[in-house]
Amino acid sequence: MAVKKFVVGLFDDEAVLFPAVKKVRTAGYKLHDVYTPFPVHGLDHAMGLRETSLHTAGFIYGITGTTTALSFMSWVFNVDWPLNIGGKPHFPLPAFIPITFELTVLFAAVGMVMTFCYLCQLMPGVKKHIFHPRQTDDKFVMVIELTEKTNAEEVKSFLTAAGAHDINEQKAEAGWWFGRYDKDDEPYLRKIQTANA
Amino acid sequence: MKDQFVVPARLRKTSFVLMGVGLLTLLIGLIAFHGETRFWAGLLQNSSFFLLITLASTFFIAATTLAHGGWQIAFRRVPEAISMAVPVLAAILFVVVMILVFGGRDDIYHWVNGHHVAEDKILTWKSAFLNKGFFTVATILTLGLWVFFTLKLRKMSIEEDGWDLRPETGRKLLWRNTVVCGGFLVVFTLSVGSTTPWIWLMSIDAHWFSTMYSWYTFASTWVSGLSLIALFVVYLKKHGYLSYVTEEHLHDLGKFMFAFSIFWTYLWFSQYMLIWYANMPEETEYFQPRVWGQWRPIFFLNLLINFVTPLLFLMKRDTKRNYTAVVFIAIVIIFGHWLDFWQMVYPGTVKNLVFPWYEFGLGLGFVGLIIFLVSNQLTKAALVPKNHPYLKESIIHHT
Repeated sequence: MAVKKFVVGLFDDEAVLFPAVKKVRTAGYKLHDVYTPFPVHGLDHAMGLRETSLHTAGFIYGITGTTTALSFMSWVFNVDWPLNIGGKPHFPLPAFIPITFELTVLFAAVGMVMTFCYLCQLMPGVKKHIFHPRQTDDKFVMVIELTEKTNAEEVKSFLTAAGAHDINEQKAEAGWWFGRYDKDDEPYLRKIQTANA
Repeated sequence: MKDQFVVPARLRKTSFVLMGVGLLTLLIGLIAFHGETRFWAGLLQNSSFFLLITLASTFFIAATTLAHGGWQIAFRRVPEAISMAVPVLAAILFVVVMILVFGGRDDIYHWVNGHHVAEDKILTWKSAFLNKGFFTVATILTLGLWVFFTLKLRKMSIEEDGWDLRPETGRKLLWRNTVVCGGFLVVFTLSVGSTTPWIWLMSIDAHWFSTMYSWYTFASTWVSGLSLIALFVVYLKKHGYLSYVTEEHLHDLGKFMFAFSIFWTYLWFSQYMLIWYANMPEETEYFQPRVWGQWRPIFFLNLLINFVTPLLFLMKRDTKRNYTAVVFIAIVIIFGHWLDFWQMVYPGTVKNLVFPWYEFGLGLGFVGLIIFLVSNQLTKAALVPKNHPYLKESIIHHT
């Protein structure tokens, strides 16, 4: 959780956005994020984001589900409460397979959804700063983080040259916090407000 | 851009060598197994397997056309060329099954013998369906319709290369392809999806029956057919053809191979579990020699090659996008399902587990024949259907 300074620029078209993203990376500015109204193919690649390891996590969850189902059922039918069901053996593997399969899918699906929410910092009640109200509507919003080394004016003129409009500077919370979009302000603003009151 | 395939001398030579091996094996088999069941069982297994995996290419074209898929257009000529092996392989299979039914033998299909049927209550019941007349009519009808639709699709595709590209011709092209593919899928479902595997393969164990059998056969041949398409695509790509095909297309073929390996396992398991659970003698007799008899190692090897290997190997994104990895797993899948057909045909006919040198030799012969026919067909048309309205979609395809 930290309050940081950002320069925000709006783009109308993804054809303009793509070269701009590449230019930002070659210029060496720190790209905070790019917000788009729809998933843009190849943007993650252009932004230089690494390949997600969500599928590896999914594989591990799936294996956990398989192991859980098989070990639990064999424990129940062999150790805890052995029953003779239609003369079948106490370890009837074919009969275990459907449940094993279901549990594998369940563990993998639920685990991956939860991991995805964790990685993207998504949760009911979790709030993040919105850089521009139209970032989920019809505009592509590029956010560049200002560090000690970057000059705000320089970044602004750079963005103008790259084809952005409505360029502005914002001071905002970079992480997430608990709150409601219609009521709660950012934590650092709340602190200032209570101090002033 | 190289758009016209020329058969490399090495490929031609390989196909001739493989066909020679096949013919030699056939001759040795004719001497070694003269009058024995194994000679015909090997021919039935190989001819039905290789016919159905080439027919899977026609199914691939039909299914993707009806689904209005665009991604496969960049290599559509490859499944087209593979499907052109169907007429030749259909002729071979027709000769084999006709000799089995009318050649005075009852060791493969014992329901062809009238005495057996008269003594056997189950076969008497089934004789309305399992008789020489129905078998012949159904075989001629299905083979004829497959050949008709395959040739029709190929002819239309080549003819469309000469059209000039306009919105009206594009719509006409899509419409007539949709109609023919729809017709083919109806025939395919009624043949490969139900009757054909029953009469050709399931009637070997004439007392036994399984409603999953046809779908199981279909899944087996479909995943092998996809692997065959992938092999030819990679071969052409490596020789500098098919410049529009990228890892994206290979990735989608890999996904198909992965998904349908699991689909095959799903059907394998569905067939096995219900029979295992109900444990009724007339149903378990099929699995008795396979699970508890001599065929036990093959039965589990089958599951290992066709389920565990593709599952673990193709799960990663990188392997699906790697040409060498896809070639490796495609060969494994085709071999695995060939083995599957072997254990479908042999325990009911030859009974004893034998080392399959004869069957494998015949299989190599069929592979050579397919390479020969397909490489010839690939030269007969441009490798890219330039007038297909979805070509652009295929070029920019991105998974």
